Parts: sequence; structure tokens; C-alpha cells
Amino acid sequence: MQYVILIYSNPASRQTFDALPPARRKAGLNAFRALNEQLTRSGEMLATALLADPSLAKQVHVSHGQTVTGDGPFAEAKEHLAGFYLIDCDDIDTAIAYGAQVHEAAAGVDLIEVRPVMTFNADEM
Amino acid sequence: MIIGRELEQTLREQTPRVLAVLVRRYGDFAGCEDAVQQALLAAAEQWPAAGVPANPTGWLVRVAARRWVEQWRSDAARRRREELAASRQPPGPNPVPDTEDTLTLLMLCCHPALTPASQIAITLRAVGGLSTGEIARAFLVPEATMAQRISRAKQAIKASGAQFSTPPPEELPDRLAAVLHVLYLTFNEGYTATSGTALTRVDLTAEAIRLTRQLHDALPDNGEVTGLLALQLLTDARRPARARPDGALIPLAEQDRARWDTQAITEGTALIGGALAAAPVGPYQLQAAIAALHDEAASYQATDWPQILTLYQLLESLAPGPMITLNRIIAHAMVHGPAAGLHELAAAEADPALADHHRTHAVRAHLLDETGDTDAARAEYQLAAQRTLSIPEQLYLQARAAALPH
Repeated sequence: MQYVILIYSNPASRQTFDALPPARRKAGLNAFRALNEQLTRSGEMLATALLADPSLAKQVHVSHGQTVTGDGPFAEAKEHLAGFYLIDCDDIDTAIAYGAQVHEAAAGVDLIEVRPVMTFNADEM
Repeated sequence: MIIGRELEQTLREQTPRVLAVLVRRYGDFAGCEDAVQQALLAAAEQWPAAGVPANPTGWLVRVAARRWVEQWRSDAARRRREELAASRQPPGPNPVPDTEDTLTLLMLCCHPALTPASQIAITLRAVGGLSTGEIARAFLVPEATMAQRISRAKQAIKASGAQFSTPPPEELPDRLAAVLHVLYLTFNEGYTATSGTALTRVDLTAEAIRLTRQLHDALPDNGEVTGLLALQLLTDARRPARARPDGALIPLAEQDRARWDTQAITEGTALIGGALAAAPVGPYQLQAAIAALHDEAASYQATDWPQILTLYQLLESLAPGPMITLNRIIAHAMVHGPAAGLHELAAAEADPALADHHRTHAVRAHLLDETGDTDAARAEYQLAAQRTLSIPEQLYLQARAAALPH
């Protein structure tokens, strides 16, 4: 079963993170590294990325065949996606346990969301 | 690399044979397995031009042994023991039949110390002769992920202290059950796949059938081994009719039965008939018997539903599971009518595994539609569509909901 672990942040939690002493921030990064190694070794890691600051985001629209881009997230957006994991593990409880590890590692995280991934497979009906 | 289908088959059939010879000689499963993969690769490169050698097993064993020794020599930690190994007597001709080697290898690869995902991966590589890349593409995961699973599986086998030998008799039933489960899961992964073509994905159904056949050769009198082989053949027989060219699903009731593979049905039916007559009954045999009844029916309506219901009741008492219960309820409704089916479904929902499951909603939608309650049926189809993790199934369920008259 594949799951995505979505890491959400918001300006307030981001400020909390930035205000942390460097040692605490470094410990968080090390915890991330350890989790990545654990998932890789177990053969459950499919992909992961931490995303750059939302101010660097581009909004993409296609209108009448023309690609139109805009800057940044919508002003009213409170939460932004800060990173994700795509993992392949036995069940959602395992994925939730990894989600909890992500939450522990990332002091600047507001919310972790675990969601099952859809497949192109189908049983007989 | 593109090599001929026939050569590919030859190489895969050689895999367990060659690996068994090496493991018996050197004892080091992980290192031997790597060496055999390298020998298979060398054969795939050289044989198309040079021709298949007169003794392909001998060729592969020679090359694999050379690779193993090279690897072993380059391993500095083991250098000191080199002399000891060099003094070993070369082994005589293989005294054990190939079928027994395959069985021993299957049991080693499906060792209980491994996770199911690792068992499947190492089985396909060590017994099936597939490359890591092929296995990764078959399961739609990155090659690095699959390489990690295989390496972890080998470490787990080593750490467990498992030897290349038949497990003690008291462990045999459990070990065989694990092998059957791995072959069942591998088949299912291939059968449920609706995307990917033969060009990009190995046919896991064909691979599972081939390995189950080998297991059946080793244990021809085991009813559950025969049952699993029959189940695979009887299920795979319907594959040509189960989806439209665009990948859209066709339910059993609407499949064009003329497109079913009659040869596979004949073979599967004969296998399950023989097993049921001779061996104690088990879950795979019951599932095969149900599949045989479907395959022999001229139409969905003309299916022997009373007998299918009896078989599902037996299966539910022998190996209970939420999906078995749902299938039993479908059969119940076919025999006793949709209202009776809805009644059974309401009772079954006490099981948390079935409450709010997309399949439960889909079955209720179908039964409500049969009773004429189209509004309730539509709502249930929509709930099922929201909850499924399968994209083709979601499209199908949405189409069913949309097709109901307002």
C-alpha cells in the first residue's frame, strides 16, 4: 500500500521554527536524516522532498491554450505544503507512525496529513 | 536489453537449478544469488550471438561460480580463509532432483523472518530469475527501493541462520503456506493491474503460474498446491474479457464469455476436480472450485449460484475474511433475492473491517438497484466511488451511479 505523508506549515509555526536555537534545529534535521535512512533501508521509501519557501512558488494556469503564471501562494492561504514523503508500507497504521516521526522531527510543522495513494489496479467485480 | 522470449524463458527456468548448485557448493545464499544474476546477464548478452550452449546449466554454473570466487577473493575480510576454501573438494554431480531444489529455494525465500513484500521480491529474483529492475517496474516502485528490499531480504535470511535444506517436518505446513501466499499475492498483483504493457512490465500472472507449476511438480499430491494452480488458471482464463482496451473494467456479469481462455479452463477444471476428489479440502481448493463454476457457466444468470453459496459458506468457516463474507452475500442474494442479500449485509456490517468499506457500499448499491430503489442505490455507488483506492474502479462506480434513472 502506498501512502503520502504531507507536511503542512503556516507562518506562525514557521516563526516558531526560525526562533529555535540552532542546536534544536540541527537535531530536527538529523532526525529527518535518520528517518530517511530508516525508510530507505526498509525498502519503504519511494520519494521525499522538503519544499522551498512558498514565496518562490509559481501559480500555473492555462487559459485559451496560453500558460499564465503568477507569483507565490494565494494571499489568504494560511497553510502551505512544506514537504512530503511517498512511502510503500503494510498499512495506514504504519504510515501514521512514520507521520508521527515526521512531526517529532520538524519543529516548524503545523499539521501532518497521511493519505492513501490511488492505484490503477482493480479486483474483479 | 531485448532478448528473445524463448531465451528469456530458458534463462528463468535455469535460475533455481543454477542457484541451488552454487548454494550447495558455497553455502552463501546472498553471494551466490548475486553471482547467478551476473551469470544470467552474461548469458543474455552472449547467447543471442554465440548460440545457446549444449549444456546451459553447466555454462551458467561455471560462469556464476567464477563470479562468486572473484567476488569472494576481492572481499578483503575473507582473504584469510581463501586457502581453506580452495582446498575443498569439488562437488560431485547434483544428487537431488531439480524439483526438490526449487521447493527448498522457495521455502528459503518465503522465510518467516521476511516481510511479505521482501518475500515476493526475493522469490521473483532467486527462483523466478527476474532482474531487480524488472521486479521494480512490475510493482511500480523505484529500482533503488526494490534493490533495498532484496538486499534486506538476503540480510534477514542470513541473520535467521536458515540453511539451504528442507525445513523440519513440523515446520513444513507453515512454510508451505507462506510459499503459497507469496505465489497468490504475486498472481494477484499481476491480475489486478490494469495499466502497463508487456513492453514495460513483466507479466506477474504468468510468472506466478510458472512458479506454482514448478511447486506442483515438486508436490503433485498436495491439494492446496493443486488448488492454487487451478485457481490461478481459472482466474487468468477470464483476463482477456475483464477490461476494455481503454482499461475500463467489465464486471463478471457483463463479460463476453466467448473471449475466456477455454484451454486454461479445461486444465484448471481438471486440476481442481482431481484435488477435491483426493485431498483434504482447503481454502485455495474452495476458491478454485468457485472459479470453476463461474468459468463453466454459460451466463451470469445461468451460474450454479446455490453451489457457489455452499462453497462460500464452507470457505467462510474455514478461512474467514471480510471479502469472503461479501462474496458470500452476493451469492446469497443471487439465490434468495436482493432483499435477503441486504438483510445479510446489514448483519455483516457489525465487522469493523466491512463497515464503511467501499466494497460494502458497492454491494449495497447493486442490491438496492435490484430492488428498484434507485435513489438509495445512486447514493451508495457515490459513497463507494469516494472510498475506493482504485482509479478504474472509481470510474466504473461513478458510471454506474450516473446511469441510474432519476
